[in-house]
Amino acid sequence: MNNNQYLDVFLEEAKEHIASLNTYLLELENNPAQEVIDEIFRSAHTLKGMSGTMGFTQLSELTHEMEDLLQELRNHQLTVTPQIIDTLLRCVDILEELVNDIELNGEESQRDIQALINSLKARNNEFLSNNTNNKNAAEEISAGNIAVHSFNEYEGRLVTHALDKGLNVWQIVVRLADECLLKSARAFLVFKTLEAFGEIIKTEPIAQDIEDEKFDNEFTMYLVTSQGKEEIYKALDTVSELESVVIEPIVQESISVKETSSFNYKPDDKDTAQTSESQNDALNRTTSVNTFKKTGKTLRVDIERLDTLMNLVSELIIIKTRLDDINKGEKDYQAKQREAIEYLERITSSLHDAVMKARMVPIENVFNRFPRVVHDLSRELSKEIDLVVEGADTELDRTIIDEIGDPLIHLIRNAADHGIENPKERIEKGKPAHGTIKLKAYHDGNNVVIEVSDDGKGIDLDGVVKKAVERGLIDKEQAKNLKEHEITSFLFEPGFSTKAEVTDISGRGVGLDVVKTKIESLGGSIDVTSKKDAGTIFSIRLPLTLAIIQALMVMVGSEKYAIPLSSIKETVIVSKEEIKKVQKTEVTILRGNVIPVIRLNRVLDVKSDSDYNEMTLVVVKKGEKDIGLAVDELLGQQEIVIKTLGNFLKDIKFIAGATILGDGEVALILDVNKLV
Amino acid sequence: MAEDIRQFVEFKLSDEEYGIDILQVKTIERMMPITRVPKTPDFVEGVINLRGEIVPVIDLKKRFDLPPGEVTDSTRIIIASIDDITVGMIVDAATEVIQLSQDDIEPAPPIIGGIDANYLDGVGKIDGRLLILLNVAKLLKPQEINQLAQM
Repeated sequence: MNNNQYLDVFLEEAKEHIASLNTYLLELENNPAQEVIDEIFRSAHTLKGMSGTMGFTQLSELTHEMEDLLQELRNHQLTVTPQIIDTLLRCVDILEELVNDIELNGEESQRDIQALINSLKARNNEFLSNNTNNKNAAEEISAGNIAVHSFNEYEGRLVTHALDKGLNVWQIVVRLADECLLKSARAFLVFKTLEAFGEIIKTEPIAQDIEDEKFDNEFTMYLVTSQGKEEIYKALDTVSELESVVIEPIVQESISVKETSSFNYKPDDKDTAQTSESQNDALNRTTSVNTFKKTGKTLRVDIERLDTLMNLVSELIIIKTRLDDINKGEKDYQAKQREAIEYLERITSSLHDAVMKARMVPIENVFNRFPRVVHDLSRELSKEIDLVVEGADTELDRTIIDEIGDPLIHLIRNAADHGIENPKERIEKGKPAHGTIKLKAYHDGNNVVIEVSDDGKGIDLDGVVKKAVERGLIDKEQAKNLKEHEITSFLFEPGFSTKAEVTDISGRGVGLDVVKTKIESLGGSIDVTSKKDAGTIFSIRLPLTLAIIQALMVMVGSEKYAIPLSSIKETVIVSKEEIKKVQKTEVTILRGNVIPVIRLNRVLDVKSDSDYNEMTLVVVKKGEKDIGLAVDELLGQQEIVIKTLGNFLKDIKFIAGATILGDGEVALILDVNKLV
Repeated sequence: MAEDIRQFVEFKLSDEEYGIDILQVKTIERMMPITRVPKTPDFVEGVINLRGEIVPVIDLKKRFDLPPGEVTDSTRIIIASIDDITVGMIVDAATEVIQLSQDDIEPAPPIIGGIDANYLDGVGKIDGRLLILLNVAKLLKPQEINQLAQM
């Protein structure tokens, strides 16, 4: 059977499931609730079924193994550990690669899934024995981090049983002093002391390893007892050479607990709960199903929006009949006609709105891959970073959505890498150990603003100025009178700061010029504000849609061109004498600034015999520079619909697209950025 | 042998007769105002507004270095579409749709009427006339255009 016709549907759905796997796995880390596991299980199961039907064996094999593991999580045979989540996330990565392969080549390429399958299968033994070490490591980096515990089935039953009977189950983390020599002997003493209270159901590492001194300075015991933790603390106080003891209750609902590594009777429960709550909130909001890749050519449209469109089209038909019916012989036919045309105008503008709306996609489609990015980054950099997402339901044109992902990832990486300090530094500065990166999107008039902010160390402005002077961008005198925004604008200079150069000042600016160029090509702008030790905010301002812009229509010779209004600063008329030649380039002086003049007729090879005494200049900004474009006539401002020239004529120099004018003629839109 | 029959749109450049596979033809339009696009090869006449869509137009005679002619009443723009490329081609006249069986089509000689055989599907014989069959797909490859644009 030929499955090709279903391939598109398969790909789209597979991507949705992968996105939701990613989202829910991250949520699982903070909130190991049953519903979350169910959700993950469902996605994996569907994915397995789909790929089986389509004959993608690797996909279905891998999802099958994931499903097995998830099944055990579902039945509480296994509890969620960071290791399990990591393994599952790695699986999702491979799934994604496989799906991308299928999209590109129509088939899976051979990938090494066996290793992953093995680690999925090895969960019981490996996860448990690796647990302690990894957990210790995790604890060392993160005070107040949330960790979860795994018991095997037997231990789990014991815990549940004990809790049912009203007994206490304590998790006791004991840290031996560094100078302790006979570690196993100390541990034995602790063991003995605890045994007096009740039953030790589990130790980490396992008892044999403790006896053989196969552990660092820390070990964990799980104790079932009727006694409270004060008694246990007191008893353990008698054992010497213990650096710290942390006792935490094991909770009934899920056999997992929060724990803190500090010697702290009352862990900062409130705080952690809040953070995880806000995280979950953010995650919940990003838990939408649809994601789009650049290659995708389909778009899901809310049926309601299509209905609106449908309604408007039927009104259009009504108005057409109405125009037909207007009898020229009637007395008041002109009034009727005018009325009908007014009505038609209203419908066309609503129609325009409706079509634009149909093209709009909530920005969560981009945002929902960032929790994963931040998660990976914080691991990679050993920093604690929370991602807070606001306004994920803000809508943007599909074309912009497709393009904005990479610049945003760049900014997030920058914020994580250079903005957020490591936990130690943060605590020294009196900030919470957790750094926060905030992504915020909102509408502002005809624009959408996306802010990427962090509460890190901020940009070292003096350092930037110093660098700018060193690089000869400004001289020392100028440096004294710079305003803040002038300083930060240096960050966007091409190659202003490679990482090596800038780590000593602030580390910002890696490839920010690329981000800026990309955003400008989308018709947007980017700004940065920063406060030392309070953080940095990058705010990106984008037009709601790319399809319709305001433009200035000009004549060059006998041809009409459109110049996007967003890049125009002003229009001026200069006399012939004011045009000077400097090294073969024509320039003019405008309020003390020298600006180059480009004669559009020459650049565009237009025959024009304009040799007037006066010259009309359209002053446009190209990056930070101003350029005067000489045109023959200004026709006025107009709203234009941008159309592409098609694949046959793409990449034509100087031309960004075309538009159709009221009289049906085509006018070309100038690409100001390409006009040197 | 019905499956061997192919249909071609027959058109004229100067006095020569050409054919293009009907499956590649979208519509045939009368001459309309063309907006020149700067920085394109000579044979690209510009773009037209085809019912709301911007379509580039090339002059086939210029493309094949044939002597230029005047725009007349019979001048047509054949809108051809291949994959995701749509292009209008100016021809002197579009005459009729003809059917050719595979047997009537012969491979093209290396050079015919100044046109590189690469751009040809072959030569069709019908009622003693010869029809030069254009391969539009090859003709419209964008690299082709870019190469020329760089010259």
